[in-house]
Amino acid sequence: MANAIDDAAIDYVEILAKLELSEEEREAAKRDMGRMLDYIDQLSELDTSGTEPMSHVLPARNVFREDVVTNGDGRADALSNAPECRGDMFAVPKTFG
Amino acid sequence: MSILDCTALELARKIKAGQYTAIEAMEAVFERIGEKEEEYHCYITADKKSALERAAGVQKKIEAGELRGPLAGVPAAVKDNLCTKGMLTSCASKMLWNFVPSYSATAVENLERAGAVMIGKTNMDEFAMGSTTETSCHGVTRNPADPEHVPGGSSGGSAAAVALSECFMALGSDTGGSIRQPASHCGVVGLKPTYGTVSRYGLVAYASSLDQIGTLTKDVADGACLLEAVASYDQKDSTSVPEAARDFSEALREDVTGMRIGIPKDYFGEGLDQDVRCAVLAAAETLKKAGAAVEEFDLGMVQYAVPAYYTIATAEASSNLERFDGIKYGYRAEKVKDLHDMYKRTRSEGFGAEVKRRIMLGSFVLSSGYYDAYYLKALRTKALIKRAFDQAFEKYDLILGPVAPSTAPKLGESLSDPLKMYLGDIYTIAVNLAGLPGISVPCGKDKSGLPIGLQLIGDCFAEKKLIRAAYTYEKRKGLVAP
Repeated sequence: MANAIDDAAIDYVEILAKLELSEEEREAAKRDMGRMLDYIDQLSELDTSGTEPMSHVLPARNVFREDVVTNGDGRADALSNAPECRGDMFAVPKTFG
Repeated sequence: MSILDCTALELARKIKAGQYTAIEAMEAVFERIGEKEEEYHCYITADKKSALERAAGVQKKIEAGELRGPLAGVPAAVKDNLCTKGMLTSCASKMLWNFVPSYSATAVENLERAGAVMIGKTNMDEFAMGSTTETSCHGVTRNPADPEHVPGGSSGGSAAAVALSECFMALGSDTGGSIRQPASHCGVVGLKPTYGTVSRYGLVAYASSLDQIGTLTKDVADGACLLEAVASYDQKDSTSVPEAARDFSEALREDVTGMRIGIPKDYFGEGLDQDVRCAVLAAAETLKKAGAAVEEFDLGMVQYAVPAYYTIATAEASSNLERFDGIKYGYRAEKVKDLHDMYKRTRSEGFGAEVKRRIMLGSFVLSSGYYDAYYLKALRTKALIKRAFDQAFEKYDLILGPVAPSTAPKLGESLSDPLKMYLGDIYTIAVNLAGLPGISVPCGKDKSGLPIGLQLIGDCFAEKKLIRAAYTYEKRKGLVAP
């Protein structure tokens, strides 16, 4: 396999993706990612020099509007799905010491 | 003829004429749901009482002359990744197991404004990631033609519900084939418009540059009218295109005279099932006999679409799904040590295996050191794929090919080999990369009786040509001996 995904790579991806994998999931991830990257590597056959990366097929343009409020107070709605809230705020576990 | 045999347009006409009511239509749908749902499992949410209340409200407006549109009173199903105010929107994920949106997607608002009556929410692959509807946390949906097979995905619940008459029409979303492929596998019509035609506001994002809402219907006319109803320019979606023509029903004409249709030779190579090949080529012959100029050509770039797609889509997914952190909505892990522990455990417990797989790959291809080699390379490839289509549309009005290399696989056979499953998207995926409209129309069955779909692809905003050819094919296919 050209793309050997080692433990260090998985550790890094866990941090980036904010995931915590079980041993079993780690092994599967190494295998699956390695295979997918091998497969994706066939893109390297293509000469893309001089081709600009295309993020959107249709010309993306800024869409402006007047800075006026069009919606009402959505506080209750915004909080309605929160796993935990206190008063008018989302509640989260302790963030520092 | 039973009420359930009506197409959406026929039903609406009969409701308008007083032959049926919207309430009777909804009752018939729930009777069918009662018969079929236990085995096929098309829905995640379908509450009879509230659906009948909605139907009664619409019936009143029809009788008062306030609702006169061609779909007024018709029961419709909505994929569970479209936000519906006051109704569970789970994306078939434990992560959103209890999420009840405080607003509706623009497409859903448009659907209701047209007088369609929402039945409930259909099953799908978790966060629309999958081609079989097997990654749903609510369990699999089964194929109406053979319950041992998958319905395709990710809009498998919507496709199966249409095929089983558990609804008269449905909305889905298509990021890499998620409308066209299940439509093909279930024997219904699936229409994905040009990127920017339907507002994505309220569609839970998977890969934002590729996601587009579309329709699953019993026939082409229903698809054109339903798309016309849900499509709109929307200030809430910055990629919504103001100038796109959206009067699709105008294109329902049986006429392909002089239409130039190209068949990519590269779509008929290795890996294509023989029955699928024969059915699709027979469909091309039907269009030729109807007056279209059909010829083969080399499209090119076909083998690069899947690797480019799985780089771009997973990259965007890894970014879009960052929002699921256990704070604002959905699942939150219990007994956590601190904030960071909560993020990690919430996401690890809330997401299923396929979603994690894609988030991880996406995080990797975007990471420093790999960004240029993978992500930017894929975006450059996308530009070349778009150019290949641009060149094709200089010569042809439409491109014709299969939707998928085979008919629906058996349950349980796909997820163990993700790469093989991804290769099943080879004919649909490039359409999303290039932002093009595509339609899947039933064109036959294989030896085991599983449906086969014909795919027609148009240039950006050429939906009317697409619909006209699909409509003509649908009208003519019964008339030509196979």
